[in-house]
Amino acid sequence: MGIIKTDKLVFEYIRRDEEGNVEGITRAVDEVDLDVQQGDFVAILGHNGSGKSTLAKHINAILYPTEGTVWVDGMDTQDEKKLWDIRQEAGMVFQNPDNQIIGQVVEEDVGFGPENMGVPTDEIWARVEESLKAVGMYQYRKFSPNKLSGGQKQRVSIAGVIAMHPKCIILDEPTAMLDPNGRREVVRAVRALNDVEGITVVLITHYMEEIIHADKVFVMDQGKIAMQGTPREIFTHVEKLKELRLDVPQVTLLAHELKKSGVNLPDGILTVEELTQALLR
Amino acid sequence: MLRDITLGQYYQTDSVVHKLDPRVKLVATICFIISLFVVKSWVGYVVAAVFLAVMIKLSNVPFKYMVKGMKAIVFILLLTVVFNLFLTPGEVLVSVWKITITREGLHQAVMMAVRLSFLIVGSSVMTLTTTPNSLTDGMEKLMKPLKIFKVPVHEVAMMMSIALRFIPILLEETDKIMKAQIARGADFESGNLIKKAKAMVPLLVPLFISAFRRANDLAMAMEARCYRGGEHRTKMKPLKYAGRDRIAYGVLAAYFAVCIAIRIYL
Amino acid sequence: MSIILDHVDYVYGGDTALSVHALKDVNLVIPDGQFIGLIGHTGSGKSTLVQHLNGLIKPTGGNIYFNGEDIHDPDYNKKKLRSKVGLVFQYPEHQLFEVDVFSDVCFGPKNLGLSKKEAELRAYSALKQVGLQDEYFYQSPFDLSGGQKRRVAIAGVLAMKPDVLVLDEPTAGLDPKGRDEILDQIAKLKEETGITVILVSHSMEDVAKYVERIIVMNQGSVLYDDVPKEVFKHYKQLEEVGLAAPQVTYIMQALNKSGMPVAVDATTIEEAKREILRVISK
Repeated sequence: MGIIKTDKLVFEYIRRDEEGNVEGITRAVDEVDLDVQQGDFVAILGHNGSGKSTLAKHINAILYPTEGTVWVDGMDTQDEKKLWDIRQEAGMVFQNPDNQIIGQVVEEDVGFGPENMGVPTDEIWARVEESLKAVGMYQYRKFSPNKLSGGQKQRVSIAGVIAMHPKCIILDEPTAMLDPNGRREVVRAVRALNDVEGITVVLITHYMEEIIHADKVFVMDQGKIAMQGTPREIFTHVEKLKELRLDVPQVTLLAHELKKSGVNLPDGILTVEELTQALLR
Repeated sequence: MLRDITLGQYYQTDSVVHKLDPRVKLVATICFIISLFVVKSWVGYVVAAVFLAVMIKLSNVPFKYMVKGMKAIVFILLLTVVFNLFLTPGEVLVSVWKITITREGLHQAVMMAVRLSFLIVGSSVMTLTTTPNSLTDGMEKLMKPLKIFKVPVHEVAMMMSIALRFIPILLEETDKIMKAQIARGADFESGNLIKKAKAMVPLLVPLFISAFRRANDLAMAMEARCYRGGEHRTKMKPLKYAGRDRIAYGVLAAYFAVCIAIRIYL
Repeated sequence: MSIILDHVDYVYGGDTALSVHALKDVNLVIPDGQFIGLIGHTGSGKSTLVQHLNGLIKPTGGNIYFNGEDIHDPDYNKKKLRSKVGLVFQYPEHQLFEVDVFSDVCFGPKNLGLSKKEAELRAYSALKQVGLQDEYFYQSPFDLSGGQKRRVAIAGVLAMKPDVLVLDEPTAGLDPKGRDEILDQIAKLKEETGITVILVSHSMEDVAKYVERIIVMNQGSVLYDDVPKEVFKHYKQLEEVGLAAPQVTYIMQALNKSGMPVAVDATTIEEAKREILRVISK
């Protein structure tokens, strides 16, 4: 079994009108089977409202399945005794950089998780230092979070999670509110964690450029997994992705358009170099 | 606009005062405030002024920055002065039409102005040199005995520290929403009181919604990072008295003794 | 009819060491009916600049003229200006406050002192212009999806019938389809009504597809102000200031360098495709 596994995971919530009467039931996650191996970089793609964030919140035991089961490192998330172990092993970074930083000073925020876990003071300091260095924010340790850019704030949030020494980290649209530079900073930091520290990464996003380096991609639609495969396999299906309210990088789209016009090109071109080489052949 | 309020916002620099234990600074601030009401003579105020001036100097916070923070309360200060100046009975100094200024009134007004501004500058020295987090840590530690009476000391401290963290964010947001509504032709300035109050609705509703959204997000983020109240928690920066803190307590005690002596003997 | 910025400077934070020079000697002429992209990274001054256009911020130096009149003249009617230069802020859905969509959109026209009937007519046509279906009109704006909320917020500004529509990152946080839908809707609106549109964005890809003129801001100054093709020729300089040309530009440059004789000035996928096909078929 992988580090994260879900079995026929279903999550439903009840919609109510203003008087509190039941209007209907919405199935936000619909029978999702997921198996993520230790050390993988997994991307979950999907348009707004596709259920990807709801799915993510199950891995950290913020939400519990209506039906089915979620295991994190072999622990069932519904097992209350394991709750804090699960939250420590599966760290989570959220979308809005302002709404997840608790500390008034960068280093204090990074120390918040270890404090909650009861880590001894000396070790907290060591962890804070190593985590801030891992995301390249060590020189900002004395700064107020309000003085940082969006990308920097998200890197602090990531450091706050790695200071808890998790086995995997789930990032729920960490770049949705950032500018292109901030997005690049965050994605670079996340890739480094995966490559260097070997932390399992689950990245939830709707920006296609960010998933090119993923080991595996899941595309969600209406609570279900609509597609899965390597980035190259996924990007082969340009039309299908468009139907799912997503797009592909311009280079992939151009290759796709050229192919439709009769140019002989391989499927799933991901980079400018690949396209140039293929065209010059 | 709103961002100009610097009262109580941490000023980052390096100084002896910054390094002091927050408990020392809390106790000192309380003692200083009490001392302002203990001394009643000019000599006493001079001593208090010297004490305060030394603290400001030691804190490395530019005096200009502190004065900027006072702007917000100038109105209250003026009001107090005016009330005292005109409404205290006694030996008449000046009398124009129905307005009379008495010797006692003048004395009272100056005293109040001095006390109030000392009080505000004194407490802002504390908030300017202490991060809200260590301030709440200090309060938590100082109030710990209250736990016996079932006072949720940790929770209160945590609430305060979060509130302080979000004040600048919410102020910025207020500014932004205000501008957006002005861009839609809203008018927050003209009209009578009722009209003005009504004009606040387009500002307050979005602000509340945003505050709730943030609170929700934050609660989730805290839970995700294993927050479960004060039990089992360790501290990254545990409060420990150092040599300088003991010296500071000594200086404080000496200052307080002088104040009492002045009250008794002068 | 135009907006003219004449040597506009903006400094905030007073004369202390903390003061920030947000705009430095900005000179721009914005004639009627143009579709303009305003690009720059965070902190480049683009948001500050657009708040000058409707008088929300007063420049510390220089003048701004709308239709020939100085907007900071004491007699100038600012409220009128704000109805003529509509400004849609970033994440505009955060400013919705009314109980239903329709009343929220009526807020602007009512503030202009229009009759209830006229305000409602304008609200109706504005909601139609942003492509919101009738069924949502009497729902609470807070029950709508992110993309729909944003449309409502844009309609709230359109209902004031502006001559100039300024949108500060209208696609932030939307998914790719939502982004395309909003931008297409704006392009359609531009086509139908002929209003001036200024689109503030970080994304060259988004802007290249729609606008006829790009203004690039960097550190408070105008770095480039030209048609997209010309601006993207400076792709190396754009990178130096933390921006980038659309990926298409890089593809064409790479092909050209590797010996395929394509012209390098394509800015959209469509243009690139045509150019490559032209060269291949030869």
